[in-house]
Amino acid sequence: MSATVTEAPKVEDTVTIEVDGQALTARKGSMLIDVTDAAGIYIPRFCYHKKLSVAANCRMCLVEVERAPKPQPACATPVMDGMKVLTKSPKAISGQQATMEFLLINHPLDCPICDQGGECELQDLALGYGSSVSQYTERKRVVRDKNIGPLVQTDMTRCIHCTRCVRFGEEIAGLRELGATGRGENMEIGTYVAQAVTSELSGNVIDLCPVGALTSKPYRYSARAWELRQHDTIAAHDGVGSALNVHVKGQVVKRVVPRENEAANETWISDRDRFSYQGLNSPDRLHTPRVRENGVWRECDWTEALGSLKRMLLESGPSTGALASPSSTTEELFLLQKLIRALGSNNIDHRLRQVDFTADASEPVTPGLAGSLADLEQADAVVIVGGYPRHDQPLVNHRVRKAAGRGAAVVVLDTLAQEYNFDLAARITSDPANFNTTLGAVVRACAERAGQPAEDLARYPSTAEAAQVAALLAERQRVYLLAGNRLQSHPDRAVTLGLLSRLATLRQAHLGVLTEGANAAGAWLAGAVPHRLPGGARSEQTGAHAMAMTQSGLQTLLLLGCEPQADHADPVALKAALAATRNVVALTAFVTPALEVEASLLLPIAAFAENEGTFVNLQGDWQTFAAAVRPPGEARPAWKILRMVGEQCGFNGFDAVKVADVTNAVHGACASARASSLSYPMATGVGEAAEASEGGLWRITQVPMYRVDGLVRRAHALQQMPQAGDERVHLHPDTLAGLGLSDGVRVRVCAGNEQAVSEVVSDLAVPKGCCLIHAATGLAAQLPAATRVSLRAEGNAA
Amino acid sequence: MQTPDTSLLSSHARAVIDEWVAKYPEERKQSAVLAALREVQHENHGFLTTELMDAVAAYLGLPRIAVYEVASFYSMFETKPVGHHSISVCTNISCMLRGGDDLLAHVEKRLGIKAGQSTPDGRIYLKPEEECLAACCGAPMMMVDHVYHENLTPEKADEILAGLS
Repeated sequence: MSATVTEAPKVEDTVTIEVDGQALTARKGSMLIDVTDAAGIYIPRFCYHKKLSVAANCRMCLVEVERAPKPQPACATPVMDGMKVLTKSPKAISGQQATMEFLLINHPLDCPICDQGGECELQDLALGYGSSVSQYTERKRVVRDKNIGPLVQTDMTRCIHCTRCVRFGEEIAGLRELGATGRGENMEIGTYVAQAVTSELSGNVIDLCPVGALTSKPYRYSARAWELRQHDTIAAHDGVGSALNVHVKGQVVKRVVPRENEAANETWISDRDRFSYQGLNSPDRLHTPRVRENGVWRECDWTEALGSLKRMLLESGPSTGALASPSSTTEELFLLQKLIRALGSNNIDHRLRQVDFTADASEPVTPGLAGSLADLEQADAVVIVGGYPRHDQPLVNHRVRKAAGRGAAVVVLDTLAQEYNFDLAARITSDPANFNTTLGAVVRACAERAGQPAEDLARYPSTAEAAQVAALLAERQRVYLLAGNRLQSHPDRAVTLGLLSRLATLRQAHLGVLTEGANAAGAWLAGAVPHRLPGGARSEQTGAHAMAMTQSGLQTLLLLGCEPQADHADPVALKAALAATRNVVALTAFVTPALEVEASLLLPIAAFAENEGTFVNLQGDWQTFAAAVRPPGEARPAWKILRMVGEQCGFNGFDAVKVADVTNAVHGACASARASSLSYPMATGVGEAAEASEGGLWRITQVPMYRVDGLVRRAHALQQMPQAGDERVHLHPDTLAGLGLSDGVRVRVCAGNEQAVSEVVSDLAVPKGCCLIHAATGLAAQLPAATRVSLRAEGNAA
Repeated sequence: MQTPDTSLLSSHARAVIDEWVAKYPEERKQSAVLAALREVQHENHGFLTTELMDAVAAYLGLPRIAVYEVASFYSMFETKPVGHHSISVCTNISCMLRGGDDLLAHVEKRLGIKAGQSTPDGRIYLKPEEECLAACCGAPMMMVDHVYHENLTPEKADEILAGLS
């Protein structure tokens, strides 16, 4: 990439102003409130927010500007050279007090029963600028409440019409769902027609609302702000690594709010990160170790549990394997692989949804964005291949959306035509079999357009749509190729990555991978893969990967933080493997009926906010966090369990006292690890999927946003949202009609040797000849990782 | 999710909206929203439905809520079913000084409804208190289906009402 020349700000770009007698230098054209905020001079405000456009409708930030006849709103007054501003003069203060009096005319005096009480911007400012007596004696207006869904509670009588929520919808969420209807006295903020707000970022309006009009529904009436203790942590569901504050009362997590980290989540968090804490109090929580004796479960103490585990591990030795959630901490994954390798095995993997492992040798030391999130925002073009970042990594999508807003061309090549909250420059949707052919055609068109040799791409066709994409990308400088989550489970993932590498070299583009879970990058660095040691060092012996482990006939299998029915690409094969494995040990926060059948030892572990450790995000930041609350009952952080059992087995290197000791050990192992750019060789064939020719429909998988892990699956408010997916088979209406089926018909779904009963639903996002089955559902749990499925109407089976 | 459905718009309405869209720069076609709502309301005998507003939103590429905001803001749009003749009697200051309140009372009595209501036969809608309609020199006045009638007396008002279909 060529270096960009950055010019130092010219003198004429800055102006000097005077605020309350203090001389300040500011960039020409910036708003007064930004300048005073940077200088630490306080001006009250409601509608102003640094991440939103200027509305200047609350008038709380009125200040006196010399030679201006009336007080001016600081949020909408551009600085001018020589401007003299008084923020605390009698004129400014009287303007602010008059505004406050006006705002309080219709605001109810219901602070004692308002959830915002104690952390309310209006309450705070009323204390500073309000009068204790109101001149207004008429009736206050009342606004009927609306139900806008399970996450956000409305009390619209309290609304002061700052429109932060409306601007957030338009400018950040990209989904304008809230608006101001009516006028004057009758103006109301709402959705106008009764409907739920569905944006995956909707919870941010709770933080934005300066009053108690929009509050958290799950948190409602459960605590007061002054009873809560605040702890820092890192979000545990995607690779963004959003900074969070956890608010705790006693030992209970009451709510989660964003902590500002401009480099990762800015000031926002996704609804998944905000509301997943509800799962912590699920009745499925495992509180005590349990051991199975002659088929009967019995609670036991840690001494016995660890003794059993030690015995199982030493007995099975190299015939041990481990499957770990990609949202486990780096320390947990490091100790887990250390334990497995100490037993003489390399059977460890965190890539639970991956099917094709043929690119293993070419995998980078650690996957990620190949740049920072801030860089992504500056892209001129973004190509999203096989994935839906809007739901998989909502704040990555937010950066892409910002790039699109700056004029970047966003192109989506995928097997589903899902809805984006910005305009796409182009989209090519193809079935899984033609997915790589479509991508190959685009790569070929780009090569031909650039006048470069394309013999190796000759097997891909020349198509008009590929030429169109090539033309779109042709003039763009900073091109980002993002391999999405769905690609990770494509049967020909290696072919796709080879093509993407080819395109990246061709266009000098950044190739990034959007990984699953919160810590896939950390898992690679910790060596939680069968062919790499910590720090990315090559392992002399290679163990079984996540799919092979279902066929390896192991004696002991450890499951760390994952649910076999929901989190593996092939739940059927895994179920069979678990049934045949002598010892199945689940280190888990939740116990399910399936685990009670399959496991022989259940060890309760700490979940989100109870755990300590490090996540490495998509841009390679190591973010360490401490526990905010104690885990319930006898549950322990998994790193402690793994450390103790390693020590009891007599292995070296399991003597850490604090989690930081383990972190340091991983750091040490990674000292020489270099962040490598992603580079995969071109595959020689077209891939299995393209060659498969049995009848039926191509199967497409999407892990619904609110089914990515056990915690989210147990957050009941999120489960009521449409993003929680469903148990139905989704088909294009034409495919449905072609099969003689219609919406709601019950069908038998056949895949491989398995069958399941479900219902069909028409879905325009699904290409013809394909069906979409949501992963981590009861339906998906009954089906193997087959690429083709067939359907027949239940009842008239032949 | 929003599925664009513009099928509720008549070909005439589309032609009118297109005419207005052509007056604005291409990327500003949302500016035609007022003209579009006016036309659609006219064709629907004087009021808008949510479905019609959704159709306008889809046709102009606007979020639905943006159309609801406009339609609920301007007093010339009705978002609930009303009678198809629209009558506004001005009671603002000039008309008030010249007997506008009496005129309104007379019209209310004659129609048997209060301002803000429609006649039971769905023929006439008497709009709620309207701000100044800018015909002060002809006070008192009322507007009937966009036509101004000035210097009114109760008798003249009766005549106008009697002439409505």
